[in-house]
Amino acid sequence: MINRHLTRDRLLLAAFALLILCTGIFVENYYYLQMLTFIGINTLLALGLNMLMGYAGQISLGHAAFYGIGAYGTAIMTVHWHLSPWIALPGTILTAMLVAYIVGIPTLKLSGYYLGMGTLGFGMIVNIIFREWSSVTGGASGFVGIPTLELGPVSFASGRSYFFLVWGFVILSFIICHRIIDSRIGRALRAIHDGEKAAAAVGVDTAKLKLQVFVLSAAFAALAGFLYAHMVFFISPETFSFISSIRMVTMVVIGGMASIWGSLLGASLLTLLPEWLQAFSEFEMVVYGLILMIVMIFLPRGLTRGLLDIYERALKK
Amino acid sequence: MLRIRNLKCYYGRIMAVKGVSISVKKSQIITLIGANGSGKSTLLEAICGLLPGWEGEIFFEDTPLKGLDPPAVVRCGISLVPEGRLIFPPLSVLDNLKLGAYTLYRKHKHAEVKQTLEKMLDLFPILRERARQPAGTLSGGEQQMLAIGRALMSHPRLLLLDEPSMGLAPMMVEKIFQVLENLRNDGITILLVEQNALAALQIADFGYVFETGSVVLQGPASELMADQEVKRAYLGKDYGEFYENK
Repeated sequence: MINRHLTRDRLLLAAFALLILCTGIFVENYYYLQMLTFIGINTLLALGLNMLMGYAGQISLGHAAFYGIGAYGTAIMTVHWHLSPWIALPGTILTAMLVAYIVGIPTLKLSGYYLGMGTLGFGMIVNIIFREWSSVTGGASGFVGIPTLELGPVSFASGRSYFFLVWGFVILSFIICHRIIDSRIGRALRAIHDGEKAAAAVGVDTAKLKLQVFVLSAAFAALAGFLYAHMVFFISPETFSFISSIRMVTMVVIGGMASIWGSLLGASLLTLLPEWLQAFSEFEMVVYGLILMIVMIFLPRGLTRGLLDIYERALKK
Repeated sequence: MLRIRNLKCYYGRIMAVKGVSISVKKSQIITLIGANGSGKSTLLEAICGLLPGWEGEIFFEDTPLKGLDPPAVVRCGISLVPEGRLIFPPLSVLDNLKLGAYTLYRKHKHAEVKQTLEKMLDLFPILRERARQPAGTLSGGEQQMLAIGRALMSHPRLLLLDEPSMGLAPMMVEKIFQVLENLRNDGITILLVEQNALAALQIADFGYVFETGSVVLQGPASELMADQEVKRAYLGKDYGEFYENK
């Protein structure tokens, strides 16, 4: 049964990879490719946060800080220090992981609302640094001149090549998360979510595991930040503000907590919705909020579980 | 096997356990009985590393437990079945059992875990039937079996149980306590915290009576059952007739 479950998940992942490949090959429209690439970047953000929130049950309202560290990290390393982006990539991810480790040790001792407040404070401090440290970050006016990614003769400047790069990372991240979730670590994470005391009683080092998953989710956010910076070539503090952190949390909740595919659905909906709603002009944000409310009222366990429930009900009929 | 000397536990400034000394011998069932809030569960939490900041001495097979965190205590060979069972409701029965072997997986003892898992499913056949079900859908008795099975997955030499009979039908209590007796016969030492004093003393070798954080009475279980004060306070006034009829 377990093997059948694993095979099904692997097949699903393989089918998804094939779908991405076909999309990348056959979609010609540059705008669509760019939107799909943004979905990929947001999926990375949601995926990391889902590991922390959905699986381990720890909230973070400051995750945009790690997204920003990824983006500003690569901008500083490539523009100011003239390093190759491929050296900046591990550099920024490691920086974000180190910051998460240092911040996580005291913060993850908190729980519930207090953890939310702690991470919120951290996110705000980092955003102020981005805004105020003008000589390094460009301040409120932003950071310009971030270089294009190149790998030998391949330039990731076009919509298509960047699409494949981003979705390659997404699929790799899906595989990593999948392996973690199906392991003893994944079970322990879910155990922490259900009851920290019970998890400790069976021998789970809850403090260490919470810190590890926090660091992992920071790494995903930094990777997303890196990809974002080299896609748009210009970054500013607004992109990494408190609102951005809330947007990430919304992606996880709307898509479905503790679901890898939920991260994809949540990221897709929250990336595409503002585009679709432009027709409503000044009422755009009102309709946006209404749709999110309706989703939560009728599918309170998120899109993934909600759609699966609808499908299962239809099968029974 | 387990020696506790002058244990004092605190919740903030309140002393919940006031200088308790207890000794647990190998392959015995030792029971701690007493009213709610008498410090029995606090003592178990101190042993397991779930309650930091206690004073005194706790030795398990000559290993001092002071300063050890819960995973380290589990690795020492002590396992807890917590009060209220505290299973993981959304996880399957199998996943709950596997979590019990968390410290073993770390040592890459996969084959051993598989073997122990089979043993647990043999010990509690109902869990085999419900192996894929979310643990939250089990009945109270089945959840208690799962909690015991989960605790046994780490191969403990000392099993701590906190109110295993709580909220269970008498028949189920009898079943669970029969399992505990079998475990003792297999060589596992059991420290049993119970409010159901009659059921606990019937299977125990030795007992301690707790009152407001202190041990007020101790002795072989049979002697405690005959003690007038224990009869009056914990076994009920009609206990004598009940016991004689049994």
